[in-house]
Amino acid sequence: MISVKDLHKDFEDLEVLKGVTVEIDKGDVMCVIGPSGSGKSTFLRCLNLLEKPTSGQIIFEGDDLTGKNIDLDLHRQKMGMVFQQFNLFPHMSVLDNLTCAPVMLKKIPKEEAEKKAMDLLDRVGLADKAKDYPNTLSGGQKQRVAIVRALCMEPDVMLFDEPTSALDPEMVGEVLEVMKELAADGMTMVVVTHEMGFAREVSNRVIFLDEGVIVEQGTPEEVFGNPKSDRLKGFLAKVL
Amino acid sequence: MSAWLAKLNETFIASGYYTLMLEGFKNTMIITLGALAISIVLGSVIATVKYLGDDIPAMKPVVKILDAYVNVIRGIPVVVLLLVFYYIIMKSAEGIVVGVITFGINSSAYMAELIRSGIGAVDKGQMEAGRSLGMSRLQCTKKIIFPQAVRYILPAIGNELIALLKETSVAGYVAVVDITRAGNLVRNNTYDAVNPLLLVALVYLVLVFGLSALLKLMERRLAKNDKR
Repeated sequence: MISVKDLHKDFEDLEVLKGVTVEIDKGDVMCVIGPSGSGKSTFLRCLNLLEKPTSGQIIFEGDDLTGKNIDLDLHRQKMGMVFQQFNLFPHMSVLDNLTCAPVMLKKIPKEEAEKKAMDLLDRVGLADKAKDYPNTLSGGQKQRVAIVRALCMEPDVMLFDEPTSALDPEMVGEVLEVMKELAADGMTMVVVTHEMGFAREVSNRVIFLDEGVIVEQGTPEEVFGNPKSDRLKGFLAKVL
Repeated sequence: MSAWLAKLNETFIASGYYTLMLEGFKNTMIITLGALAISIVLGSVIATVKYLGDDIPAMKPVVKILDAYVNVIRGIPVVVLLLVFYYIIMKSAEGIVVGVITFGINSSAYMAELIRSGIGAVDKGQMEAGRSLGMSRLQCTKKIIFPQAVRYILPAIGNELIALLKETSVAGYVAVVDITRAGNLVRNNTYDAVNPLLLVALVYLVLVFGLSALLKLMERRLAKNDKR
């Protein structure tokens, strides 16, 4: 579904990604782990070109997103993204947050978009918050709304950029629960995370990124149960 | 007290100069409001083009030109700008037209910067969230960034309006009878320096107080409607 080929990304003099090649297949739940500064978030943000790669290719459903005459906005509609800081639109109600993109971009009638949004909101247990504004919600509620906002566009893949890192510990669970359900429904997901429990339990593939390269990858059993490189062993010793 | 009232009557009413003062007030308002309109339109266009053009390579020259425009305008005293327009660029135009255009252009440079900084004050994640949903930069700016930027921009526009109002007092340089010039003419013709200038100062003061009060009210409204 997404093939990343020899992805490089520099920020000024700093080389953050030094050639990352990876295939993400339909239905994959891929977790990206690694120490801070390893390039995890940059890697994820390159997938929908929020960061423009310095070189390399991102091929999504057959189209090279780094190509010249590509309609990025159209492709981004099929790649949902969830941010560490939620990034809900504070001047809109929860329901407007959810329906604004589908109505504007997919020309879905407002009532229909709202009905779909309410269904999804109900599934994450927040139907009663539809008329509220984001600032009245807790962090965990905000992130669940943010996930629903991305889902309302009916994406083919969901990108999660440390979705629980800005949450109070007691709210991490409710967000991970939603993500688990999503994975169980067969959604293709790429998740940058520090939640090793989630990576181990829910993902089918884990990538260990360090200093801009993939040091190790495999099933969670392989990566967590039988780490080969010293760097991964050192990292796991610190976080587990 | 009655001596002062008699003096007022002599200076403004009996002499008929109150019509000149009213004319001056009218012209000050025309220049201020006309310039404000030009300033807001030009300033918004400049700010938007600079904001959106920033990461489109083809737009770089345009952005450079707009940067230069802002810097040049801000670097020239408004009186000098006024004289340049009156004696060189718009030779055949009437002073009041020159005034409206010059003060509008002068203010637009400041307006562009304050609108841009208001847009810049909106969290970067907002644009990213919009883009990640598939909206274009323009769509994001209209639907997400601008509505949030307004509450940073509005108070600043109020301050710019106050500055603009007071700056128009130099319009007399190009033969416009604004309120300041009117007061000065009355002073000259009646040999009463105190009352005409006092009145002129009072008019500005009352206008600025009014605007400040309006501004406060608006800010409170914005804060109340702010659901963040």
